[in-house]
Amino acid sequence: MQYLLDNFFALTITGLTLGAVYALVALGYTLVYGVLRLINFAHSEVFMYGTFACLWIVVFLGGRAGGSLGSVIFWIAMMFVAAMLMSGLIAVLLERFAYRPLRKRNAPPLIALISAIGASFVLSELMGLRQQITGAVGFDTYLRVYVANSRNNTGMPEVFSPQPVFTLFDYQVTNVDIFVIVGAIVLMVILDQFVKRSRLGRGIRAVAMDPEAAALMGVNRDRVIQVTFLVGGVMAGAAAVFYMLKIGITRYDVGFILGVKAFTAAVLGGIGNLRGALLGGFVLGLAENYGSALVGTQWKDVVAFVLLILILLFRPTGLLGESLGKARA
Amino acid sequence: MSTSTTTAGSTVRAPRPGFKERVDSLPRALKIGLWVLFAIFLFLLPMLNIPVITTEGSDFGGVLFTVSTYVLVALGLNIVVGYAGLLDLGYVGFYAIGAYTVGVLSSEHAHLSWIVVVPIAIGAAMLSGVILGAPTLRVRGDYLAIVTLGFGEIVRLCLVNSQWLGGAQGISDIPKPPSLVVFKVPSLDWSGGVPVIDLDTTSTFLKFGISDFVPYYWLALIVIGLVLLFDILVKNSRVGRAWEATREDEDAAELMGVPTFRFKLLAFALGAAIGGLSGALFATKSGFINPQGFELLLSILFLAAVVVGGAGNRWGVIVGAIVVGYFPERFRDFADFRVLVFGLALMLLAIFRPQGLLPPKRTVRAKRADARQAVLEEGEGNA
Repeated sequence: MQYLLDNFFALTITGLTLGAVYALVALGYTLVYGVLRLINFAHSEVFMYGTFACLWIVVFLGGRAGGSLGSVIFWIAMMFVAAMLMSGLIAVLLERFAYRPLRKRNAPPLIALISAIGASFVLSELMGLRQQITGAVGFDTYLRVYVANSRNNTGMPEVFSPQPVFTLFDYQVTNVDIFVIVGAIVLMVILDQFVKRSRLGRGIRAVAMDPEAAALMGVNRDRVIQVTFLVGGVMAGAAAVFYMLKIGITRYDVGFILGVKAFTAAVLGGIGNLRGALLGGFVLGLAENYGSALVGTQWKDVVAFVLLILILLFRPTGLLGESLGKARA
Repeated sequence: MSTSTTTAGSTVRAPRPGFKERVDSLPRALKIGLWVLFAIFLFLLPMLNIPVITTEGSDFGGVLFTVSTYVLVALGLNIVVGYAGLLDLGYVGFYAIGAYTVGVLSSEHAHLSWIVVVPIAIGAAMLSGVILGAPTLRVRGDYLAIVTLGFGEIVRLCLVNSQWLGGAQGISDIPKPPSLVVFKVPSLDWSGGVPVIDLDTTSTFLKFGISDFVPYYWLALIVIGLVLLFDILVKNSRVGRAWEATREDEDAAELMGVPTFRFKLLAFALGAAIGGLSGALFATKSGFINPQGFELLLSILFLAAVVVGGAGNRWGVIVGAIVVGYFPERFRDFADFRVLVFGLALMLLAIFRPQGLLPPKRTVRAKRADARQAVLEEGEGNA
């Protein structure tokens, strides 16, 4: 208890940065769930590919620590471009090959989950086996920096070194913390406005509300679903950038537990609800940190899941209620 | 529905008789004989050493035991997912509770006999199923999936973090069940191309040792037989029909006077009990358990077994469990690539056999109804 009080602000800030990553990944779950009523189990791999895209682009362009402000901005921009492209691409491919064939055949919902699990295995194993796969075609020595030790942790050169900006009751808030939290909120506002105001956003809401009526009104359902996956993937890419800036280490199976947490965040805020995902992410990040300060860090994940179960028992639709379709038009 | 071919007018019957109908139409004595032969074949399977099927890298008896725990788990999970239609992603939690009850009561903190411990393990798993189910079965289907997923993780993390339960090292020296030596079974040797009875390599019927896993496989087979019998009786009773009604339309079932919540809880508890039983068997065979054996991935593999085989059809889920449990062991040569191949197989299966390898009878029935409907509608359209 004393520990929690002493480190309250440190825990709050780290909880918020972690929560920002959860929130951005949660968006992908929430959007797809809202439109398709489907738990996109493979979304965590979309995030994982984003983290590798960050890493590879920095290695490829020879990133180094301690650059000027201009170079830091350049690196971050590069990471965003690479991660968003990669994650968006993976998400669209996922939709094309794992979900669309099932939709065409009117498969029962449970089988979509199986397909998602299968896709998740395929994606993470492809990354875990990249050394053997490139070795099979003889590129492994040429691409050694990118593919060596593909089952182990890979670290990214630090291009954006954390510098304390100001002190909040003994805790030194770094520029990385601020960037992550503010960045996540800005992206969230952009997405919210996109869904609320743009033509495609209206399509997404229409399909979420009533797919058949939307089709009758001339909404191209397949295209809307594709856009939904793309948007979710791009957000996961952004989450990957923030994750790499804050943590800096990734692995082929990094997505799994993070994906479960992000899904928890989505349910916590009310699945299908964009603002709920943001709130859920931050609440989960904070609760995890406070909880682990109270009962010990090894119980961190237990705290998250117990919180989820409690919320579902007392407020089954999540904190902000469900439904993308019913969001204020 | 009878498909006896005595009447001349049977040619009008449009649908081809399925496997089940053909088996049903055999004389009763022949049927029983076939079943007995099949059971003997299963018992002798580890001794036959049939080429191609037998795994080379790992002990075949052990592999068969693993496959039979998958079968047992799939039968239990089938009650929850297939019959009652509740999506459970944390089934490994019950499996772990069963295994750890055995571990704690027979090695870590007490030294009770195996015969006493296994029923307690089943009871403990069932109780945990009721405790988890009572509050959570009221939430909607998709949420149940995530709540159970959380439950599975909570159980695993509690095992890792609790020193009382052995922590990350787990529990070792779990005693073997009491042996009951009845007879010895020799095995076949195929090295010459023709099978020869090899009297040197034998397995003793129900002598639980540490190097020969075949008796554990036999034990598991017996348990599977009992669970299967139980499953058939329950499914064909009022309870089974109540589950089907609840799964198809919960509101309608409730209006018809089915206490849906109670039946869902019953399904959850029975499923949990069978999960606990298979966990107990697993702990008995391996002799030591640690939290790494109960990862979330296992829950997903269990669910995959049920859905691959065809949720709701007990024979289907057995086939699914064999596929999920056996193929990764058989293709150990491709050890690195097997998860990748497994993932691809799941995706292909989802596309080409969305109802599973052996769809439940209900969907066959529903398909026939659809076909009749289509014929009727077409007739109207043409008229």
